[in-house]
Amino acid sequence: MITVKNVSRRGFLEGMFSAGAFVLATRYLPEDAQAATPLDTAETVDSSAWHPSVYLGFEPNGSVIIVAHRSEMGTGIRTALPMVVAEELGADWSKVKIQQAIGYKKYGDQNTDGSNSIRSFYQPMRVAGATARTMLINAAASKWSVPASECQAKDGQIVHAASGKKAGFGELVALASSQPVPAPADLKFKAPADYTIVGKNIAVTDQDDILKGKGTFGQDAKVPGMVYASIERCPVLGGTLKSVDDSEAKSVKGVIGTEKIAAFKPPAYMFQALGGVAVIADNTWAAMQGRKKLKVDWDLGAHASYDTTAYKKELQNTVRQPGTPERNVGDVDKAFAGATKTHEAEYWVPHLAHAPMEPPAAVAEFKDGKVTAWTSTQNPQAVQQAVSAALGIKQEDVVCNVTLLGGGFGRKSKPDYVVEAAMLSKQVGKPVKVVWSREDDVHFDYFHFPAAMYIKAALDEKGKPTAWLGRSCYPPMLQPGLRNGGLGSMGWVDVPFDIPNFRAENGKAEGHVRIGWLRSVANIPHAFAVHSFIDELAAMANEDRVQYLLGALGQDRIIELGGRGGRGGPSLYPLDTARTRRVLEAVAEQSNWGKKKSGGGKGYGVAVHRSFFSYIATVVEVEVDNGKLRIPRVDTVVDAGLVVHPDRVKAQFEGAAVFGAGLAMSGEITAANGRIVQSNFNNYTVARMDEAPMETHVSIIGTDKPPAGVGEPGVPPMAPAICNAIFAATGKRIRELPIRKQLA
Amino acid sequence: MIQLKINGTSRQFDGDPDMPLLWYLRDVVDLTGTKYGCGIAQCGACTVHVDGKALRSCQTSMKTLAGKSVTTIEGLAPKADHPLQKAWRETNVLQCGYCQAGQIMQAAALLKDKPHPTDKDIDNAMSGNICRCGTYQRIRAAIKLAASGKAAKA
Repeated sequence: MITVKNVSRRGFLEGMFSAGAFVLATRYLPEDAQAATPLDTAETVDSSAWHPSVYLGFEPNGSVIIVAHRSEMGTGIRTALPMVVAEELGADWSKVKIQQAIGYKKYGDQNTDGSNSIRSFYQPMRVAGATARTMLINAAASKWSVPASECQAKDGQIVHAASGKKAGFGELVALASSQPVPAPADLKFKAPADYTIVGKNIAVTDQDDILKGKGTFGQDAKVPGMVYASIERCPVLGGTLKSVDDSEAKSVKGVIGTEKIAAFKPPAYMFQALGGVAVIADNTWAAMQGRKKLKVDWDLGAHASYDTTAYKKELQNTVRQPGTPERNVGDVDKAFAGATKTHEAEYWVPHLAHAPMEPPAAVAEFKDGKVTAWTSTQNPQAVQQAVSAALGIKQEDVVCNVTLLGGGFGRKSKPDYVVEAAMLSKQVGKPVKVVWSREDDVHFDYFHFPAAMYIKAALDEKGKPTAWLGRSCYPPMLQPGLRNGGLGSMGWVDVPFDIPNFRAENGKAEGHVRIGWLRSVANIPHAFAVHSFIDELAAMANEDRVQYLLGALGQDRIIELGGRGGRGGPSLYPLDTARTRRVLEAVAEQSNWGKKKSGGGKGYGVAVHRSFFSYIATVVEVEVDNGKLRIPRVDTVVDAGLVVHPDRVKAQFEGAAVFGAGLAMSGEITAANGRIVQSNFNNYTVARMDEAPMETHVSIIGTDKPPAGVGEPGVPPMAPAICNAIFAATGKRIRELPIRKQLA
Repeated sequence: MIQLKINGTSRQFDGDPDMPLLWYLRDVVDLTGTKYGCGIAQCGACTVHVDGKALRSCQTSMKTLAGKSVTTIEGLAPKADHPLQKAWRETNVLQCGYCQAGQIMQAAALLKDKPHPTDKDIDNAMSGNICRCGTYQRIRAAIKLAASGKAAKA
């Protein structure tokens, strides 16, 4: 093993992120590139012979190590981002080793959320690969005394075609590491037309392990000396422990003892532990059995009267009154005053639960004032922050190892369960594994907010809207009293239709359970209301839906949102209605829309929605028979800009069709007396194979644009497209989700 | 003392006879390919074979397993080359992968019973297995591919 002195990583990284075709928001980028790395273990980028980037390392044997700093929850990101590095580098994919990053701010943003991984890291990954490739080429050129411009990187080698000379990356490591770091402006990137890795459907890196039952998820993590914990929590948010009798629990075979966990500090529950009583045992089953024997008395606190039936009325009353304007164009009031024809409607979407297949789980070991965690988290840096705050230790003294995630959907961005494990480990002096049961997961989720919505439009003589007033009301995320904005405005302020008078308003509501974002966030209720309402207008105009939508979109144009409508840069990702139009036209063609005839229990519905900067048009075919809904076919056209892994992108939209259909058909969480009524998959029902769309056909267009989101944008069009199809099939208009109980 | 076989290996169990097989596999034997998803036989993530029949291990207590032979995903095929595993690879079925061991074990029992299942057979056999990622259409395609005998990749 030769050792190689590293180039100045500071210089390299400053260069990495200062230029590029797609300039990225600085908040996503590493701040601490030069920090000592006491947390690294063997066979990592940081311990490799040459590591010109935090994401990329080389060994003399030809191995290329690439860091996956985002979490794998089924999108294929652990494969896709390394593919981008390997592409620019000219690597041999079979020699690429992927290292899952611990939580560490030097990697930049690690919150695998917001359909953001490729969007924010495509360019940094290209820079990492291109910089190393340039240095390898310069090394070979100097060794062979040939012009660098005559050398190429290909399949893990540098090749000089004229002389036939070749050298593997491994041979060049020592020499490459002493080459000057190229200025970012001098980097040459491959043309997408020359890509040999990006755009290919490479098997995801974890496929084989998972198919053998060997992939390690958070629920599978195990460390020596570990004990298991199952936690009884107050059924009402913010309730506190009055007393506990644990004598029977302790008599259960395998139970070691019980531990109290302090309740969170109100009012912001954020990512704090909820508090409760933990039963500690030598296996999961014993911990769960012991927990059943606890006799706990709670002070239920302020939210004990929460009832979702009454709450729905409260939110509906709010949207019947003026709210706070979020976006205002023209003069809606004047337009309504002068209108000869108007239409108004109210919509409702209830609480939803994430219910990833893997309930939350974490192993944590508190030792010598430091915490090491192994967990399925979407955001290991949030683990560091939340655990350090709870235990009063430094963030850098929290090491968060990221396992595979058995689904996330936003739930696992919130690391309360890791905080529980860390607190318990400190209390019992051993590594502790906290296992959430499915009932825990359903009762104590960060629920998607319920939303009441009201829309009113004024119509011209052809039935096209001339004014649009939308009012939406839903409780805030992460803290009962916060005001909504930002994330909450998605899908509400960025309506793409060409309407001269437009006002989007937001009403205030208090939260009474934990509220958090779920796959596509506010787009779920807002897309449901907006695209149902426009379908109602089309029905009133008695016009073909696609033709009506094309007319409502109007001339191709960029809509100014003033930074609203989702995080990210409007300069890079403007709301471009030409792209909305193109996906709509494409889905009409793909689904053979013009030849479809609805009626007699069979119907076709369409919705086109932009979220996370991707444009999605979806056509759904439904059959309604004796109150039973079937979805034989879904067609979706995706414009998500550049696509790294087409098959995994298609898979995201196939999955989103199922996810969206499931929540539309039966997704509903209710509360009574402050407690969540549902508990498991028997009463919080999700789509099963015999109810899910039978086939979903996905096409990808528009790949010449910068990469946008793919994990979430497939969900929002589903509910309105299904309900529009139901209307086409039966004449029944669904304005409240879920659908199930309304078709009988 | 309960004697049973797990993936062909003889085991002895003297713990709580009411302990479900799921937790014995996961916490005691360290075979974590069998997953916990619901604990009430609603999701199928814990599906294993007991004497060749697909069962929900979360609802199968250890006291019912004396003399029985249990097969988990780790023991389905020695080289992970069961026709379904090959078909799963070829179809790129999995997303997060958490439910897939249960899906494959359920599908393996289906194919044993009905080597050429119809869509209706697949619906009936597989609707007890939830996939929140929504890979159902690829699961269906992979089952058909395996049934066709044309799944090529090892």
